[in-house]
Amino acid sequence: MTIETIQLLTPEGERVEHPDYPLQDVDIKGMYRDMVLVRRFDTEAVALQRQGELGLWASLLGQEAAQVGSARALSPRDMVFPSYREHGVAWCRGLDPLRLIEMFRGVNNGAWDPEEHKFHLYTIVIGDQTLHATGYAMGVQRDASEDEAVIAYFGDGATSQGDVSEAFGWASVFHAPVVFYCQNNQFAISAPPERQSTVPIYQRASGFGFPGIRVDGNDVLACYAVTQRAMRAAREGEGPTLIEAFTYRMGAHTTTDDATRYRLASELEAWRLRDPIERVRAYLARTREADAAFFEQVDTEADELAAKLRAACLALPDPAPLSLFDHVYAGESAILDAERAQYAAYLAGFDEEEGAQR
Amino acid sequence: MTRITLSRAINEGLRRSLENNPKVMIMGEDVGKLGGVFRVTDGLQKDFGEHRVVDTPLAESGIVGTAIGLALRGYRPVCEIQFDGFVYPATDQIISQLAKMRYRSQGHITLPVVIRIPFGGGIGAVEHHSESPEVIFAHTAGLRVVACADPADAFAMIQLAIASDDPVIFFEPKRRYWEKAEVDMAAPLSEALPLDKARTVHPGNDVTLLSYGPLVRTCLEAAVAASEDGRSVEVINLRSLSPLDVATITESVARTGRCVIAHEAPVYAGLGAEIAARVTEECFYSLEAPVLRVGGFAIPYPAARMEDHYLPDLDRILDAVDRAFAY
Repeated sequence: MTIETIQLLTPEGERVEHPDYPLQDVDIKGMYRDMVLVRRFDTEAVALQRQGELGLWASLLGQEAAQVGSARALSPRDMVFPSYREHGVAWCRGLDPLRLIEMFRGVNNGAWDPEEHKFHLYTIVIGDQTLHATGYAMGVQRDASEDEAVIAYFGDGATSQGDVSEAFGWASVFHAPVVFYCQNNQFAISAPPERQSTVPIYQRASGFGFPGIRVDGNDVLACYAVTQRAMRAAREGEGPTLIEAFTYRMGAHTTTDDATRYRLASELEAWRLRDPIERVRAYLARTREADAAFFEQVDTEADELAAKLRAACLALPDPAPLSLFDHVYAGESAILDAERAQYAAYLAGFDEEEGAQR
Repeated sequence: MTRITLSRAINEGLRRSLENNPKVMIMGEDVGKLGGVFRVTDGLQKDFGEHRVVDTPLAESGIVGTAIGLALRGYRPVCEIQFDGFVYPATDQIISQLAKMRYRSQGHITLPVVIRIPFGGGIGAVEHHSESPEVIFAHTAGLRVVACADPADAFAMIQLAIASDDPVIFFEPKRRYWEKAEVDMAAPLSEALPLDKARTVHPGNDVTLLSYGPLVRTCLEAAVAASEDGRSVEVINLRSLSPLDVATITESVARTGRCVIAHEAPVYAGLGAEIAARVTEECFYSLEAPVLRVGGFAIPYPAARMEDHYLPDLDRILDAVDRAFAY
């Protein structure tokens, strides 16, 4: 089987046409801005982790186009189920990046309201969210809602998980309005895609009975167009699509990882030539859709965003100890109430001791 | 009052819930056309349609994972796991997702999902069809874990579980499915004993006998047998395994001075251990004897021809009661 990869913008920034994916009214400058801002705050988050301010960070470096392109193709009513590296998608949905910082700092476990931006919590257990997305899509079906669909983000490694296979099977037999968006960033921590599958990921959809498409994941326009089409199909009752965004994780798996142990620097260099932001910049400059002032302004905005995020991160208070016991149940739990009361009394004991010493 | 089986009582409770709330759904393997392998959902798909009573693919993680998604969308799914031993493929979704999502979202997410699991042995089944995995879920914060014991209990409890905004693991004593009792189906649910409360099913003064699910009936038989020896046994049906109704337990043991806990699950690190620790802490000066446990051995569930040796029966429970008087 030949492998076709949808591409609308070459690494050199040349527009190419594809008969199935005509582009109209695309805000390329807006997506350029998104990608620059997201990369900038991602870089800042890595720095914050290096300085001990975050416990961990999972960098999206290299995946900006795969995320921004797909997320900008969504309608405000579409529901997103992310994995844990979808900072670019979060940004496009309007989630304050500080919510992500809170989670990786350990102030909470990602406590945003999923319905506010139609962006579910980050899911860390690999692939679990694909079933949540499928179930949510079954709900959309039952509500007979025709102007919304669901998208699940996951990685190449997740395709080996049973839950992802189950999600594919369920979505297919129930014809659920869900798009499976796999960012193949070439690594499941250290393992290459060849360790997950002997066939290209997008081709696995055919065995489940729905279409699979590979898109150049470093091409923001192609990611946008392919996602837009798949989401439209889902909304129109045509069932699920698997999109494989073929991209590259330019950073390490997370800040605790050392990617030099399993990849060659030359490979990284080769992918740098396909940088998702540079090709858009080249396109905008050559077509004169943007001038130097625009690029400068975006860079300034990015630095301001990073500085603001840093300040907000450093100002985050540690949660109050007794908030430990909040939100475990919607209803009452006498067991929990007793533990809370005991721990409150225990903590109060220290206050009395301190008072006595003064 | 209507005399019905426990299976039918759950069926009627499910039917009420489907009637009263259009968001309630039933999903599981063979729950629709077949009516479930135990016929608990018999007739519901016919009356409520395939969109509300869903025959799912054969994938337990998928059942729970998609139920979470449906709950996020505002539905109230009631999942059936066909047998206790088949819940394990779904435990990742139950423990890592269902139990924690409210907590990690700081209350933004509510997941009113019920997972029905027929549990326990005594039916001569092949492997993986007779287990009692309740403590795995009782040890998972964020879940409510309950076990019904008789038709009246089951009828009210399944409706309360579905009405609960918390995820509920709902254990059904499969060997009691066909036992009949009177159920007042006209009684308003608002007057039912809350889901997190234990019920004293036989009052007594000399020893408190605690159980849940299939052994409640055996404990009641033990109380009758012990009364012939002049011993007054108080039997408490725990109903809620998480959270435990500690107040009802300790009130009783403080009066009787003796406590025996019976469950089919292995004694080792079982629910009885938790109860024994709490009773010891809270009733220490009232106790006439150590808290005793009777239950399954620290072995995998045995083959059917040996299960009578594994399951605590009337004699083993009475033996434990006797031992409680030996101090």
